[in-house]
Amino acid sequence: MESNKIGHHISAKFNRELEDIRHKVLAMGGLVEQQITLATQAFSSGDLDLAESVIKQDDRVNDLELEIDRECIEIIALRQPAAFDLRLLISVIKTITEIERVGDQAKRIAQMTLHLADTDSHTQYYELKHIVDMVSAMLHDALDAFARMDINEVVNISKQVKNVNREYKSIVRQLITKMMEDPRNISRSLDLLWTARALERVGDHACNISEYIIYMVKGEDVRHLSPEELTEKVQSQSSSKLDSECK
Amino acid sequence: MTVKQTRTHAIDINSLGIEQKNLSPENETVCIEVKDLDFFYGEKQALFNVNMKMPQKKVTAYIGPSGCGKSTLLRSINRMNDLVDSARVEGEILLDGKNIYDKSVNVANLRRRVGMVFQKPNPFPKSIYENVAYGLRIQGINDRQTLDETVEKSLRGAALWDEAKDRLNDNALGLSGGQQQRLVIARAIAIKPEVMLLDEPASALDPISTLKIEELINELKETYTIVIVTHNMQQAARVSDYTAFMYMGELIEFGQTNQLFTNPSKKQTEDYITGRYG
Repeated sequence: MESNKIGHHISAKFNRELEDIRHKVLAMGGLVEQQITLATQAFSSGDLDLAESVIKQDDRVNDLELEIDRECIEIIALRQPAAFDLRLLISVIKTITEIERVGDQAKRIAQMTLHLADTDSHTQYYELKHIVDMVSAMLHDALDAFARMDINEVVNISKQVKNVNREYKSIVRQLITKMMEDPRNISRSLDLLWTARALERVGDHACNISEYIIYMVKGEDVRHLSPEELTEKVQSQSSSKLDSECK
Repeated sequence: MTVKQTRTHAIDINSLGIEQKNLSPENETVCIEVKDLDFFYGEKQALFNVNMKMPQKKVTAYIGPSGCGKSTLLRSINRMNDLVDSARVEGEILLDGKNIYDKSVNVANLRRRVGMVFQKPNPFPKSIYENVAYGLRIQGINDRQTLDETVEKSLRGAALWDEAKDRLNDNALGLSGGQQQRLVIARAIAIKPEVMLLDEPASALDPISTLKIEELINELKETYTIVIVTHNMQQAARVSDYTAFMYMGELIEFGQTNQLFTNPSKKQTEDYITGRYG
């Protein structure tokens, strides 16, 4: 199993330190996943208390980011990690930046909920339902892949980005139509648009996380590649890596 | 209406070196080529079928656990192992295309071309000046001006001139460990070798002296092909262009240093450089 890669150091303390970082990233990821769920729930039901608590929770996400960053920097300074260990730490540092930004998007959706409180917009949640499901699944898959350090599924995440973009565009079209029908819809539609935008960004962050996982596991930098190039790179590499693992 | 030119920062994006530093052993001029090398100490085989091409004017580092054969391989390059009874070599080492184990090779000449620096600084109990001039004197060069020039040039080359210029006639043993090591390097470069072999050159030195030696290695590679053995992996990572990982007498992996330290292709290499047990 790839996740065993963290262990087997001669220094057991190093094993524990890396394992601790991994746990914290997973905890942070879980928290942010929950934040997105709760924020969209608050948005759909107009639950202001829930929205308030999401906004409050964001501090916890930020604290975790700072704490994990600090631990990674300490390990780099004290242990001069190489190869997989180094790639793990660099990927973690970048991944938690993405996770933290997902947290910010959750907070933004919660704030939007408060903003829309005086209007009766909640009926419009159904426009967003589909994109919420899509990006939640992407985020979940990305975090799951991180937990298992397994890249077999992550190529699908980057393929999903296209679908999310399509969904986002169709929401924009619907909202434009609404705004043209009745100018009184404009203010509310703009808020909805921001929410849809926030969700679309969550999908992008999930995709970025999946790229860092590929870098961590394979040492291949796959940023800025098309989904096809990415798939090709991941598959072409897997055979050669396996050879050396067997040796 | 003319378009007003926008002022931007005067940094040329193209000069930033965004294109990857693509070193590859295949594109380099080969200085030393090891071919099917087996090495025996009596019955015990220390190297198993080693093959590698070390590029000219680059730093190649050997890393690996104790007893993996890296020093043996290094010492084979200037036939230092000839001094060990019962040592036996099979295979070839080509220096500029010529096998150094050929019968016609004059070993003294070979060692003039392939200088060596050891773990412990070993200056002669003579003055600083005489230490550096020693190689020339045994070649029969006694012309004062030539000696003066060579001594200054070599000491400058070894980054020791500023510290030693006012005490050239002092005994070399009065220098600090780091200075002695640089003196030994100056002595080695005084006879203008092509290759420098460094066997743990900084392991007996403090961190600052170590950094000075590393900086020196960086300067020396402009002129010489350098091969270094080190137990300090971070040092190998810092100073070398290419790294060879050896284990139990075999060459496991040889490649570009930054590649080997970020994404090694062999599991054994990964385990070693990340401090894991296999």
